[in-house]
Amino acid sequence: MDHLSKLESNSIYIIREAYNQFQKVGTLWSIGKDSTTLLWLIRKAFFGKIPFPVIHIDTGYKFKEIYQFRDEYTKKWNLELIVHRNEKAISEGMGPDKSKLECCTELKTNALKSAIDKYGFRALYLGIRRDEHGIRAKERVFSPRDQDFEWDYKNQPPELWDQYKSKADAEEHMRIHPLLGWTELDIWQYIKKESIPVVRLYFAKDGKRFRSIGCEPCVEPIQSEADTIDKIIEELKTTTISERSGRAQDKESDYMMQKLRALGYM
Amino acid sequence: MEDSETLKFVIVGHIDHGKSTLIGRLFFDTHSLPPDKIEEVKRASEGSADGRIEFAFLMDHLREEREQGITIDTAQTFFKTPKREYVIIDAPGHVAFVKNMITGASQAEAALLIVDVVEGVAEQTKRHANLLSMLGLDQIIVVINKMDSVGYQQDRFNQIKRDVGEFFHDVGLTTNYYIPTSALKGDNVASHSDLMDWYKGPTILESLDLLVNRVSPEDKSLIFPIQDVYKISGERIAVGRVEAGWIEKDMEVEILPDRVKTTIKSIEKFNEDKNRAVAGESIGVTTEDPIFLQRGNVLCVEGKEPTITKSFEANLIWLSNEAFDVNERIKLRLATQETSGDVNLIKRRIDSSSLEVLEENASIIKNLEIGDIVFETKSPITLTKFNDIQELGRFVLVRGNDVVAGGIIT
Repeated sequence: MDHLSKLESNSIYIIREAYNQFQKVGTLWSIGKDSTTLLWLIRKAFFGKIPFPVIHIDTGYKFKEIYQFRDEYTKKWNLELIVHRNEKAISEGMGPDKSKLECCTELKTNALKSAIDKYGFRALYLGIRRDEHGIRAKERVFSPRDQDFEWDYKNQPPELWDQYKSKADAEEHMRIHPLLGWTELDIWQYIKKESIPVVRLYFAKDGKRFRSIGCEPCVEPIQSEADTIDKIIEELKTTTISERSGRAQDKESDYMMQKLRALGYM
Repeated sequence: MEDSETLKFVIVGHIDHGKSTLIGRLFFDTHSLPPDKIEEVKRASEGSADGRIEFAFLMDHLREEREQGITIDTAQTFFKTPKREYVIIDAPGHVAFVKNMITGASQAEAALLIVDVVEGVAEQTKRHANLLSMLGLDQIIVVINKMDSVGYQQDRFNQIKRDVGEFFHDVGLTTNYYIPTSALKGDNVASHSDLMDWYKGPTILESLDLLVNRVSPEDKSLIFPIQDVYKISGERIAVGRVEAGWIEKDMEVEILPDRVKTTIKSIEKFNEDKNRAVAGESIGVTTEDPIFLQRGNVLCVEGKEPTITKSFEANLIWLSNEAFDVNERIKLRLATQETSGDVNLIKRRIDSSSLEVLEENASIIKNLEIGDIVFETKSPITLTKFNDIQELGRFVLVRGNDVVAGGIIT
């Protein structure tokens, strides 16, 4: 078995394991390359039809290409899509011009909280990877969050031999991370192998492309001529720039990501 | 480059013997660090005692870790040599975080055990070595670190090498190499040190490239534990991961523990036309006969069945502050099987660091102790010895919703 097939099989194992253990599950879809790859794997795990809702936490600040892609593939893949927004904060004018920590917390974390309350999810799949950020490198595959949504990163459960923790009563929900062991390069090589569609913002136009996408005001493109998947793979093999270098929320302070994640950020 | 070559290794050892520093040094010397990461670490290092860059901050990302200078939780990161890619698992060396160390080590194919040449073999050095042995790791590189603080003397290296060797002998662990290093200064990490010409062996980087990948046990006979059963367009598909051997269409299989026989009608994978699957693959199967399959069943080949039993011997490491009592009813999970049971007999309870037998015929096992036990299950369970097929020879005990022990079947 080659490296990508092994990653695929292990991710499918995790996806099926969580579906077996939790009653009410859903998957978060940011429409980026990772969560789209995750959807692809979930479709494979369940032979084409995802048997639970796909949730888009919409801040209202996403690129138009993201919305177009979402609507197109919701139809093509016959997804049960839930779009959830923190309408109250949006109507009160919350935006990245306020503090970025506050904006991410209101429009992403708190929006997710209310989505969980409203639909009663007990477990959520997320497409985070260990190589994205030092904090994410410490995550478990099954990672509990308490009622206050907090991640108790100092006291994580042991995880041995693909035996994962089940949810205790005191815990609000379980985060499931099937892509934790994948790298950015693995994702692109898999996208190529499987012909997975991705938002075209990732491909270079006029000497620039987005390596990581999110809210339009808070991501910067990188200098790049990579306008095909092959060229992106080539670029990643030689680059010395880290993936999230264009993400504003990683930069504000060294521990911003830790604070965000401890508060329940994705 | 062969993609399947990615190798996972864990770095273990006593606290402050230099694990995180070694990882930082490996990254730095192989130019695996993006400039913005170096900047971030430089910024976070400002105000440190002697103003040098804290390599350890590359892995120790939590604020508490940086402020207290210790690793709390295991982290995984990626790095590559011209030969292959590596996943480095950093494991904490403090006694309070042994469960995190085991979480890290249980996912590794090889281990680097780091020992401070000044302090020598310490409590967690022994405990970690013992746990590596228990987890079945058979590729170990011993790094004797901080050679700069003993003037790079060969006799100091040899002395620690002897001590480690003796302990390894006691726990039944073999080592590939002993390497004298200074992770701080970079001696024998990525390049050979001119300060230790008496050492003729490989650098750490060279020794890593000499390790071999663990292969899924394709050459053994079939073990296919059922994970779940889905009804897809009127057909019942039993899904799971093949843990050993291979399975194919028209193959006669036996379903354990009930020993019912059937024939594989099809191998199912979305959008793939497939007649055969091997160890490591997540697949689905349908069967010729309308038999009732459920999670926890194990498919195998008749005549080559694993053991079906309600009682087995095992070694387990207890990982909870609340001790385990012989009378406690507890959940056991082995592959996709789950049953409850209790310990019928604790033959011995052992200190996982000193290996001292604390008690024979004990009635409890405490945190971080190893128990040599006989476990009795409520319903029959399918298993093998750990040395035969690891995937079916290891289990966890679950109290409430928490994994509180890991065990291997002896």
